[in-house]
Amino acid sequence: MSILINKNTRVVVQGITGKQGSFHTKEMMNYGTNIVAGVTPGRGGMEVEGIPVFDTVAEAIEKQQADASVIFVPAPLAKEAAFEAIGAGIKVLVIVTEHIPFHDALQIVDYSVKKNVVQIGPNSFGICSAGQAKIGIPPNSIFTPGPVGVVSRSGTLTYEIVSNLSLRGVGQTTCLGLGGDSVVGLSFVDILRLFEKDNETRAVVLIGEIGGRQEEEASIYIKSMTKPVVGYIAGKSAPPGKRMGHAGAIIERGAGGFKSKVESLKQAGVKVAEIPSQVADYVADLLKR
Amino acid sequence: MKLYEYLAKGIFRAEGIPLPKGGIAQTPEEALIIARDIGFPIAIKSQVLTGGRGKAGGIAFANNENEVTNESTRILGSMLKGFKVEKVLVEEKLTIDKEYYVSITADSFLKKPIILASSQGGVDIEDVSEEYIVKKVVDIDIGVYAYLGREIARKLGMQGDLMNEFSSLVIKMYNLFRKYDAELVEINPLVRSGDKLIALDARFNVDDDALYRHPNLPRLTEGEEWELKAKALGLSYVQLDGDIAVMANGAGITMATLDLLAIFGGRPANFLDAGGGAAVEPMAKALSLLNDTKPKVIFINIFGGITRCDDVARAILKVKKTTDFCAPLVIRLTGTREEEAITVLQENNLSAYKSMEEAARKAVALAKPASGLEGVGKCQY
Repeated sequence: MSILINKNTRVVVQGITGKQGSFHTKEMMNYGTNIVAGVTPGRGGMEVEGIPVFDTVAEAIEKQQADASVIFVPAPLAKEAAFEAIGAGIKVLVIVTEHIPFHDALQIVDYSVKKNVVQIGPNSFGICSAGQAKIGIPPNSIFTPGPVGVVSRSGTLTYEIVSNLSLRGVGQTTCLGLGGDSVVGLSFVDILRLFEKDNETRAVVLIGEIGGRQEEEASIYIKSMTKPVVGYIAGKSAPPGKRMGHAGAIIERGAGGFKSKVESLKQAGVKVAEIPSQVADYVADLLKR
Repeated sequence: MKLYEYLAKGIFRAEGIPLPKGGIAQTPEEALIIARDIGFPIAIKSQVLTGGRGKAGGIAFANNENEVTNESTRILGSMLKGFKVEKVLVEEKLTIDKEYYVSITADSFLKKPIILASSQGGVDIEDVSEEYIVKKVVDIDIGVYAYLGREIARKLGMQGDLMNEFSSLVIKMYNLFRKYDAELVEINPLVRSGDKLIALDARFNVDDDALYRHPNLPRLTEGEEWELKAKALGLSYVQLDGDIAVMANGAGITMATLDLLAIFGGRPANFLDAGGGAAVEPMAKALSLLNDTKPKVIFINIFGGITRCDDVARAILKVKKTTDFCAPLVIRLTGTREEEAITVLQENNLSAYKSMEEAARKAVALAKPASGLEGVGKCQY
């Protein structure tokens, strides 16, 4: 089992003819993802890695029954690409593109919510249901199928932690990156709910960081969960008022600090790791019980 | 990007938001000309991109021409919270009957624009207790209409003409929020002076990622010397006050690296995210920049995913060929093309750690005064 995507998910790649789009199409196919179409306006009729390219997402759905999409188009064009996918009836939308103006993100999220689309990102590494399918950009080698769900706000830090899990023999159901921007489609709570319901997920890893208040909001839900959660929060040493790489990683106007997140998670019964490698230790311990 | 108060007010004025009479001055002479034009008393406000100007002595009042000259001479060219004051805004000093707070921003959890208002204006909104803050979430598809403004005004205790004035002000603020891709449109305090509402202060922050579609907005840079240099190179960099320079790949892992150094008793000198899939050239530039900051140790922490470890190794060697590293390098590499990277490094008498923790401990140990490594580097401090 897994959440949101599996080996049957039919994926269209928007921006498939670009450098990032074509590289990651190949990587996703290598992982076993069922890539059924690509979209680049004006390039209909082409093929990339043997995948047919269409001019519109609607055509990709009509001819190839795509139900998920991943967006690799440049930031100024990303809003339109997202609107196209949502409007055409895509169910799961992954936006990898970085530096999308957040006013565009506000509109994309609004449309996704109204059309019941699961929107991952912007500025997300994507999602991987271990051993089945990967939509996005994480390295294929780090994942192992198993009982742990992972949800995170960052990319490379998640690879580090997932890799640690795999090296310790602790596999994953699904790993999902919410995205590093200040406005993204999903919050921790949305994914925690899915992991709580998923039969094969036995424990959850939550990787948060400074900025916003979604870790605090997640803590409220975690209190009602039956499955154990292990957490890690990045940004303990971050000064206030500075954006730490991610648009969303900023302590501003007295909110978004490290301490409040860690304390709320701990109060909700989350085992919070102080350093990244402890996450795998804690999870391995929990699963032995 | 934050805008200076006077630039923000220029944008407010164009939208029809009521403001005090005023003008911008770069010299005491210019300040005097503006003051004469407005009439006394006046306020002289330093234009720096930081809050708390009043407490820091950056806002003065003048009742006559002598005071204008004295105060503007004192403020212009002075340092205020680390910023040099190059301009002052000279404004009429209003009679204040009541101070309010109003702002529009995006709520990252609700993922919607949000209007915050309070009848307790003039202080930082984070210092106002929740019961005095009115919050209205905006549906971005609908926008802000007068009824929403009236509803907020009612909760602030306004009636009649004042209510209508406030409502029209909020609509204008929201128009600016959307039109300029603003992160924050804030008026604090919004004052009632007689029967008028006037924006005494103005904060206007614009999304850096949206600047490309606002060619007419000025481009302002703020930050430390190294932050500006890094920004010019397209790097994500934050200056900190320690002595261990850090380069990692990805915002989350870079933050985690700083935290790890701090937990082990070290002091990180900076945040530098070389990016998720950085190539040799940008990484070499990033490393050169770190070397120029003259740290005690340079710590490189790479988890190779899309980033290839051998590219990182090549970037290190590229810099090493042309410049001497001032400080010992501590390198941690793991993941994609790790073996190739280790080989390349070993051929050049460099080594790398596989574990992030081990490497961090080493970096901290090397930066300690007792390590006996002071002056080992070839650069002069």
